[in-house]
Amino acid sequence: MSHADLTMEGHSAGLTSGSPFAIPTKKLAMWLFIIADTMTFAACLVAYLFLRNGTANWPTPFKFSPSIVNVMLMTFILISSSLTMLMGLRNAQAGNKAAAFRWILITAAAGAVFALLHLREWMGMIGEGVTLFHNPWGSGLFGAAFFSVTGLHLLHVTSGVIALLAVGVRYQGGRYNADDIEILGLYWHFVDIVWMFVVPLIYLLNIAR
Amino acid sequence: MATTSHVHAHAAPQGFIRKYIFSLDHKVIGIQYFFLALTAVFVGMFLSLLMRVHMIWPTAVLPLVGEIKPETYLSLLTMHGTIMVFFVLTTAPQGGFGNYFLPIQIGAPDMAFPVLNMLSFWTTFVGFVVIIAAFFVTGGAPLHGWTGYAPLSALTNSGPGEQLGADLWITSIAIFCLASLMGALNFITTTLDLRAKGMTLMRMPLTVWSWFITAILGLLAFGVLLSAGILLLLDRNLGTSFYVPLVVVNGQVMGHKGGSPLLWQHLFWFFGHPEVYIAILPGMGVASQLLSTFSRKPIFGYKAMVYAMMSIGFLGFMVWGHHMFMSGMSPYSAFAFSLMTMCIGVPSAIKTFNWLGTIYKGRVRFHTPMLFAIGFVSLFVSGGLSGPFLAQPVLDIPLHDTAFVVAHFHLIMGVAAIFGIFAATYYWVPKMFGRMMNETWGKVHFFITLIGTYCIFMPMHYLGLAAQPRRYSQFTELAYLQHLLPLNRFITYMAMVTIAGQFIFLVNLFWSIFRGPKASDNPWEATTLEWTTATPPPHDNFGGHTPVVNNGPYEYSVPGAPRDYIMQNDPGMGTAAH
Repeated sequence: MSHADLTMEGHSAGLTSGSPFAIPTKKLAMWLFIIADTMTFAACLVAYLFLRNGTANWPTPFKFSPSIVNVMLMTFILISSSLTMLMGLRNAQAGNKAAAFRWILITAAAGAVFALLHLREWMGMIGEGVTLFHNPWGSGLFGAAFFSVTGLHLLHVTSGVIALLAVGVRYQGGRYNADDIEILGLYWHFVDIVWMFVVPLIYLLNIAR
Repeated sequence: MATTSHVHAHAAPQGFIRKYIFSLDHKVIGIQYFFLALTAVFVGMFLSLLMRVHMIWPTAVLPLVGEIKPETYLSLLTMHGTIMVFFVLTTAPQGGFGNYFLPIQIGAPDMAFPVLNMLSFWTTFVGFVVIIAAFFVTGGAPLHGWTGYAPLSALTNSGPGEQLGADLWITSIAIFCLASLMGALNFITTTLDLRAKGMTLMRMPLTVWSWFITAILGLLAFGVLLSAGILLLLDRNLGTSFYVPLVVVNGQVMGHKGGSPLLWQHLFWFFGHPEVYIAILPGMGVASQLLSTFSRKPIFGYKAMVYAMMSIGFLGFMVWGHHMFMSGMSPYSAFAFSLMTMCIGVPSAIKTFNWLGTIYKGRVRFHTPMLFAIGFVSLFVSGGLSGPFLAQPVLDIPLHDTAFVVAHFHLIMGVAAIFGIFAATYYWVPKMFGRMMNETWGKVHFFITLIGTYCIFMPMHYLGLAAQPRRYSQFTELAYLQHLLPLNRFITYMAMVTIAGQFIFLVNLFWSIFRGPKASDNPWEATTLEWTTATPPPHDNFGGHTPVVNNGPYEYSVPGAPRDYIMQNDPGMGTAAH
């Protein structure tokens, strides 16, 4: 089915012009998705904090090196990828198709590196004996909360990388335009912002003392 | 794609499958939702009949079902609640009528995302199939109630139904969450972006407002339930213990440790209380619409109605703790939740006042949809009045686990919402299927249902005050409840009569769809846009043109106007009079 089948964009463009709500339909939908997803993340983070608050022997295993250093590196990469996403959007809006596509690929690559670093950290923790219900340091809830919250985020990053590649290729082929890049950018920045909550709550609160 | 300027983005489909099964047309999808809910409501109603029968004849051997064991009773209770709340009260008003009429009432040719709309229906359908499957797996359907309280729900060996049946239950709820999120996103986008020229927010019919606000509630609430459900699945299948403290089942210490059953209650009711309003708000919209139309008067206090719905929606997110007074929460937070809960009485009273103000001195036409709208208001008041009682911890603690609560929520979110659905059905079937429903049998159905409902649920308050516990499968032998047995029998007989009455509706519906007298384009002389188009509406709703809106939605008995009503797309009131 053609892309026009997916939305009523062609129709709504005429109706909403001049309206204070003249936000394009697909962009509005992405904002609403972000709101719903915020609630999903918030529920997981609140569940974690609720349990952490009520647990006496909550483990605080993260040493500055390697854990926090690794997290800082991951954070740097993810924030930078928001910048490269922005470069991609600017170039797309200016009509520099090749440059825009290149920046999108760089963004996707940064996302992939983030995911790999994250998986390496997971492997390290599993190697230290952290599972969903047990760890060497204290309450078994730590592993459950850690893997659930970071796993949900990792799922979003991975889907984001796939979406970046899919939208990038279609943009390259002329089926998508700068607007679609902008909408995908909203999602990518959202994943970045969620990470800004995950880092202090999951990592910094649990630094080894 | 952005350069195409045709009015309708997808052409009328050819072929049976694209037209009626995997249709992109919001009208077909609305009808699909409607029939899914109709199937679900009869399943749920049958389960409640079995429960009522078991309550007074606990050892009876029933045809087809056999003897109902205590655990079977809990399965019936769980499945009745889940099917009714999710697949009837959430599905019919929002997915069914909202899908069909929201685009038409705002003058749009379809929803903003037709493919997403189709997906959300078929996802809901899969969710329904999955939950029905729970009846047929080893151990049967789950026992943990529609609220799925942990640790019962979080352990796979806590009861016969808590094996695969409970996993299917959670999976079905998670699927339903996804479907509702897709639907909510679509509804909000459609309302904000696809309104016809002149359809300002304050010219939208109150039905549209109610679907819009319901969608916002859904968008914020279902993600939380989704997270909670996935954590519950992890607890059951991967050995985490989010919801399970140290527990011993049948003398055997479980591997779980350290979790909190209260966490589930918080997450569940953060979704669960807004869900109550997701069920009832569309009914409020329909009642407002119908009371105005059939009283031939503008709605009393349109803006107050809109702001009342908004504040009900907002407060709905602040009160989830009032379901947890029994959980041992801090009395200080119980006080806050209690206060917020009683605040909801204010917008609810505003709405009731305005409904009465709308009928007052109106030239009321007592058609069947109007009767059901009045019935909605009646049940909303009767069920709502026990709310402020239960909102107070000191009264809730003795009443919480009794039949009093069952009576309260069935009146207000069960039957009142169902009356909203019935009112909508009798009102809109002529537009949806082009045929009028039978008025006489409609009225018979109304009186049986209204009187039956009151006979079932009013005495139930008394049972609760007399300390009859809820969720107990068998209490006929308990000495202190002996004197309540006649009343329990009466309730069961009344339930049988009321359930029999619903078959009148079923026959009337199907007979009318195929054989009823042809409906004109505007049989109720109503003003909103769905009555300006053909019956049933063409594929793009308005036959190739987009309506222009000049008037508010409730212009009835306008002085100096040629008829006693002015349609929303009639020329402006200033130019119509001469």
